[in-house]
Amino acid sequence: MDITKFKPATVYTIYIASTPEQVWEALTSAEFSRQYFFGNTVEIEQKVGGSYIVRQPDGALHISGEVAECDPPRRLTFTFNVNWPDLIEKLGPTLVSYEIEPTGDAVRLTMTESHVRVLSDDILEGGRQGWPAILSSLKSVLETGKPLHVKMGPPTKMLAALKELGIKVP
Amino acid sequence: MSKPEFVYVTYIETTPDKLWQALTSSEFSKAYWFGTELRSDWRVGSPFALVMDGTTSDVGEILEYDPPRRLSYTFQHILRAEFRNERPTKVVFTLEPHGKFVKLTLTHEGFDGVPELLNAISNGWPAILSSLKSLLETGTALAIPLSALGTKGL
Repeated sequence: MDITKFKPATVYTIYIASTPEQVWEALTSAEFSRQYFFGNTVEIEQKVGGSYIVRQPDGALHISGEVAECDPPRRLTFTFNVNWPDLIEKLGPTLVSYEIEPTGDAVRLTMTESHVRVLSDDILEGGRQGWPAILSSLKSVLETGKPLHVKMGPPTKMLAALKELGIKVP
Repeated sequence: MSKPEFVYVTYIETTPDKLWQALTSSEFSKAYWFGTELRSDWRVGSPFALVMDGTTSDVGEILEYDPPRRLSYTFQHILRAEFRNERPTKVVFTLEPHGKFVKLTLTHEGFDGVPELLNAISNGWPAILSSLKSLLETGTALAIPLSALGTKGL
């Protein structure tokens, strides 16, 4: 997969009192992800070309993608396409990359969301609202053993912008 | 109004009052902000300073003080020669109760034409606010030396 055509649109960095191996485990395990990812589960085949899937609490497919870079416990990159009709045709694919670096006695986790097209701030709102909640909760799980169950309203600007593009949103 | 150039959001399991105290007290800031003390009497219009190991690194003015909801101050770096003559930038903290948590939003703006300053700030805030979250949730701040950030920080 050619990932050079993707341009970063949203970057979120968080520091966690943990080890790179534990952060990797939290990012890639179904069990961990269920705790911090709004009840969704991540299923990933840890190899380049492997599948990346996020399922909703009821098991329905929410996000699907393909692993583009897999270098445990340092770097994981995959496409991240929300399973809504016409979304990928209208917006192009989404790429997510996690970079994990030891920093002092902590770990720096940097999430970068990239796109092949220039998207409006309204459309990017979904990720910009979601990632801070997801990764703040992941940090709490690793540091305290307890996730933050952040309840969040829908990203209304994003949904309106997608509707305008003719994308059917739930 | 200009668009904030740096925005950071985090969710912390604490109360707005405790988070407010952490944002305005040197006792807390020394633990999560690389040993930095916050000096101000916190009245709107009063001076504000960041002091590290007895040396003042940044000075500013309190713009808004509305506990435990909104805190804003200006910020001008006075140590590093390349930033000393730049105009002050503006920091705003917004605290919103969110169930059992507090949503903390930081915006920092006013870096007109000084991308190096924006870069240094963008490196510093995630470490400072991650450490603040750890301190409030676990009682222990993160042990990240300033030198590990790949910047001299601010």
